[in-house]
Amino acid sequence: MNQNLKKINIYSIYLGAFILVLPIIAFFINAFSFRWFYPQLIPKELSMQAWVRLKLIPREGSRTLEGFLDLWATNPTVIKALINSLTIGFVVTIVSIIIALPAARVLGLFNFKFKKLIIFLMVSPTILPPIAFVLGLNINFISLGFSGSFFGVCLVHLVPIMPYVVLTLTGIFANYNPDFEYQARTLGANKFKTFYLITLPAIAPGMVVAALFAFLVSWSQYLLTFLIGAGKIMTLPLLVFSTASSGNPALTAAISIIFIFPAILILFFTSKFVSGESSATSGFGKI
Amino acid sequence: MTEVNIVNLIKNFSGMTRPAVDNISINIQNGELIALLGPSGCGKTTILKMITGLLTPDNGDILLDNQSILSVPTEKRNVVMVFQNYLLFPYMNVNENVGFSLKMKGDDPKVINKRVQEMLELVKLPDIGERRPKQLSGGQQQRVALARALIANPRLLLLDEPLSNLDAHLRDEMRELITSIQKKLGVTCMFVTHDQEEAVLLADKIALIFDGKLQNFAEPKEFYEKPINVSAAKFFGGVNFIELNKNTNYFDSSIGKIISNQKNVDELHSKCIATIRPENIKISRENIYQDNFFKGKIKSVIFSGTHTRYKIVINNLNLECSLQSLGIQNINKEDEVFVNLPKDKIWIMND
Ligand SMILES: Nc1ncnc2c1ncn2[C@@H]1O[C@H](COP(=O)(O)OP(=O)(O)OP(=O)(O)O)[C@@H](O)[C@H]1O
Ligand SMILES: [Mg+2]
Repeated sequence: MNQNLKKINIYSIYLGAFILVLPIIAFFINAFSFRWFYPQLIPKELSMQAWVRLKLIPREGSRTLEGFLDLWATNPTVIKALINSLTIGFVVTIVSIIIALPAARVLGLFNFKFKKLIIFLMVSPTILPPIAFVLGLNINFISLGFSGSFFGVCLVHLVPIMPYVVLTLTGIFANYNPDFEYQARTLGANKFKTFYLITLPAIAPGMVVAALFAFLVSWSQYLLTFLIGAGKIMTLPLLVFSTASSGNPALTAAISIIFIFPAILILFFTSKFVSGESSATSGFGKI
Repeated sequence: MTEVNIVNLIKNFSGMTRPAVDNISINIQNGELIALLGPSGCGKTTILKMITGLLTPDNGDILLDNQSILSVPTEKRNVVMVFQNYLLFPYMNVNENVGFSLKMKGDDPKVINKRVQEMLELVKLPDIGERRPKQLSGGQQQRVALARALIANPRLLLLDEPLSNLDAHLRDEMRELITSIQKKLGVTCMFVTHDQEEAVLLADKIALIFDGKLQNFAEPKEFYEKPINVSAAKFFGGVNFIELNKNTNYFDSSIGKIISNQKNVDELHSKCIATIRPENIKISRENIYQDNFFKGKIKSVIFSGTHTRYKIVINNLNLECSLQSLGIQNINKEDEVFVNLPKDKIWIMND
């Protein structure tokens, strides 16, 4: 009985995984097929035409190293969007962590009046629909001249990101013993060395998780980039949407693959920090 | 190598009605080992933290060799503290932990290795350098923490409750190790404890602190023989207290006239309190005493090996007396006895 139950559980996990992976498989087939229409079960013809149209793979006959380099040198839209998404993601991740660290330290280590209220206010952007605040922000951003700028987009991405970063780091600090720092100080380490040698290794797992959240939230941001970027800042999500609405499934699938690939890569390398036993997430209960 | 002067030290915390550290002054001679003794919350750790610079005093001064260290940052004071829970850095092995302060000084790695090995031998753990703190027992962690502190050649070594996390048998071993190393290296040392026995066994001098106030700073013996007040006497296991009224050359009490040859009688108030340690009280069936003798009755007899404890009542006053079991007369419960409080053993203090 128990054995059977275990089997059923395992099968249900496989089934769940399959359901999650299925659309991604469909993406892949779509991206490498030519005119795959209902009711064909599999595409009649495989093709690179989507990738050629995106100017990521050269036309047949010139697929040499030079051919690739020449093509990419023309600066195709997809690559521009990819670079934009990556740069915004990295900048926003680093800035959010630098801002959140001191706040999280105080929230995690000390108890004080209105702490719960402050935490609530800090996470409120996650329960507020972005459209509710972005229109108001947009007016301000336009008058400040941030609209349509790289800076403005980074700034607005911080709004949904900060709660995740602050909360994750607060969890880390709730489990953190600052006496280790004092010990290092009495042994002759100055403040900088103490941070670098003692604090950083202790909070690194949490920082990885926070960075992961920050990057992925920024990476998948559509509405905020669309409105604040005012059409001048093209990122991958924007490109996915505009391609999808133009109605070429192979093209959309190819861009989508480029869109999800970095996210999967990052998750793959950081998943061990997100699991339940890791020190990165075990402090939440203590906040 | 260092003389320490703590002068009128005061520290307030918001949310506390009294200062956590209330005007404390202590002078520690070069190479002395002194104990800060007091119940939980009396301000011991706060004092250590002010000496290391982790807290800033509200008032007063801390001098090492007559130079104030208050404006010196923690890492430059060369005052090393060993915390109660050892705090070995988890991401470093034992060698790296012990060598930490030398690395901060920028010493040559070869020199560091050699010194680390020496230190580990000194604390009798020569072969564990490659291990991680998690792979050590509590006693081993404690010794590594001690080695890590001593390698820095501190001007002053601070130990916060060094023995409280250890098993009873490890405690004796560690106590001996600490005193022998401390004397060998001649390092001035201050440790914190709430256990009076530990303080007595380890320290050259004890600073007794209640509620942030220094009660007395003296050699251990004095706390037994000449306590400063009733609470200090009780903290050191005092059980016999007699209320007195001062007269010209004797004292009145509920059991009669008491005389004493104490020197500082002039400093005593008109109402004062006498105390005497149980082992200093004498009892006998016959009256063989000259003065300070009273008629009492034995309420209970408790045999505890080398000593036997008697509870005696004299006119509603309860006293405890402890005699060596060997060679005492046959004294039993309900017996009437003569009780003698020798005038050179009785100690009178202001409340
Ligand atoms: N940072 C702080 N903020 C407010 N109050 C504090 C702070 N640190 C200590 N106190 C208070 O100051 C008093 C003395 O604390 P301290 O830690 O020095 O006691 P202790 O003698 O070391 O006690 P224990 O034996 O329990 O370690 C306590 O009442 C404590 O609650
Ligand atoms: Mg303490």
